[in-house]
Amino acid sequence: MSIEEKQREIIDEFAIYDDWMEKYEYIIELGKDLPLIDSSKKTDDRLIEGCQSRVWLDAAVNQGKLRLTADSDAIITKGIIGLLVRVYDNESPEDIVKSDLHFISEIGLQEHLSPTRSNGLASMVKKIKLMALSALAK
Amino acid sequence: MENGATRKFSVREIRQDFPALRQQVYGKELIYFDNGATSQKPQMVLDAINQYYSMDNANIHRGVHHLSQKATSEYEEARETIRRFINAPKKEEIIFTKGTTDGINLVATSFGELLQPGDEIIISAMEHHSNIVPWQMLANRKRLVLKVIPINKRGELLLEEYRNMLSPKTKLVAVAHISNSLGTINPLDQIIEAAHAVGAKVLVDGAQSIQHTKVDVQVMNCDFFVFSGHKVFGPTGIGVLYGKETLLDEMPPYQGGGDMISKVTFERTTYNDLPFKFEAGTPHIAGGICLGTALNYLNQFDSKELEEYERDLTEYAQEMLETFENIALIGTARNKTSVVSFTVQGIHPFDIGTLLDKQGIAVRTGHHCTQPLMDFYQIPGTIRASFAFYNTREEIDKFIAAVEKSISMLG
Repeated sequence: MSIEEKQREIIDEFAIYDDWMEKYEYIIELGKDLPLIDSSKKTDDRLIEGCQSRVWLDAAVNQGKLRLTADSDAIITKGIIGLLVRVYDNESPEDIVKSDLHFISEIGLQEHLSPTRSNGLASMVKKIKLMALSALAK
Repeated sequence: MENGATRKFSVREIRQDFPALRQQVYGKELIYFDNGATSQKPQMVLDAINQYYSMDNANIHRGVHHLSQKATSEYEEARETIRRFINAPKKEEIIFTKGTTDGINLVATSFGELLQPGDEIIISAMEHHSNIVPWQMLANRKRLVLKVIPINKRGELLLEEYRNMLSPKTKLVAVAHISNSLGTINPLDQIIEAAHAVGAKVLVDGAQSIQHTKVDVQVMNCDFFVFSGHKVFGPTGIGVLYGKETLLDEMPPYQGGGDMISKVTFERTTYNDLPFKFEAGTPHIAGGICLGTALNYLNQFDSKELEEYERDLTEYAQEMLETFENIALIGTARNKTSVVSFTVQGIHPFDIGTLLDKQGIAVRTGHHCTQPLMDFYQIPGTIRASFAFYNTREEIDKFIAAVEKSISMLG
């Protein structure tokens, strides 16, 4: 499935919720389902410090694909991370660089990606794109 | 009615004065519990802002024309309203600033010029970053020593330790009147008396007190008192520094520019008298005038009545939160008001805050610009509900129900 197809799929999943609390209930479930990053890997170089919640991103390029895992100390942040990982994991750096991340705003969560929200998510997306770019440059 | 009040306090009535309170967010009635960050504005203030920019707009202190004189007299009248509100002896002791942070930086820079290497400044463990960082910067610049009054688990200053820190080397003590994260009301009388006994001056950060308790700088006998307009139902971008005249006279100007001078040549400049010496450039004229309006709004009421009402709200919220087994209150000082800060076991404050928001409730989560205090409690942050006199017990009931729902979703 392409990045675009995955984004479409997530938008469809969220279309059934018309209540904010139901939407967040789903995000919280996603957060609980996301595998934890091993605490030995929660090192400072993987930490994206936010003012509110902290995000750890473990990413590497493997056989031409970017492989991602991430974690957060806040469960809602973690749920949104789960969505971002689903979209970007196992995609080529080229596809990631080309992609337009639009599903977050379409499902009404754009506030979480605002840099002023300081939950580390905006920095996480930036970091993923930068990794993809530097992989392309090699 | 007492204390010069002209209007009986009725929460149902006064809520009508605040248009921002009559709105829905995410389809829910807004419950605004983020008054520690900023307060909503009464219609009187909104009208005054509109009136100023519609009809009275002109630059002050320099024009010969009618509008300039009108704006100047309104601005100076506001200064007088502020003086009366905090009972400062003289109008010249009321300096308009951008806000609390600006006032503290003014004192740190200007009073700081009078200090010598090795001199000591004392702050407390519960200070807002804006009452920490300017002193750290000054201490680095002038090679001063910065000391910190410790607190107990309840969030109360350890006065014995404070007294032991004081010495003839102490030049300034800078403390919050009321803690923004904990709601603790600090015993200023004892702090100030002990500081004066060793010849130190005291700056009181009144950002969280001016809107909740009667401030009388003469009774308090502080040397500096700073606050922000926007937390006391006035506009953002305006604040006040009160300083004792003898001290302000001694201090060099903070910024250079227009209005703060008496005569300028390329060789030298003589400075204007107080308060203008510290007010370089065109000030926030509308802000100053409308801060005066905000204080006049408050002057209608008996401040004691508002204070008791807010204390009751605080106690009620605290009692309700105490019924949750997995909630820990952060800041349980015996003398506190208007703030309840708490954490929920195993749940990040950010998650609770996000879900409360979606239920129409505005709280603040995080470290509240008091990272050293959060380190003391070994927590990443708290959920903070902070009240104003327009909040109600019914709102607290809805808030408690929303907290309960959030915990059950996250748990």
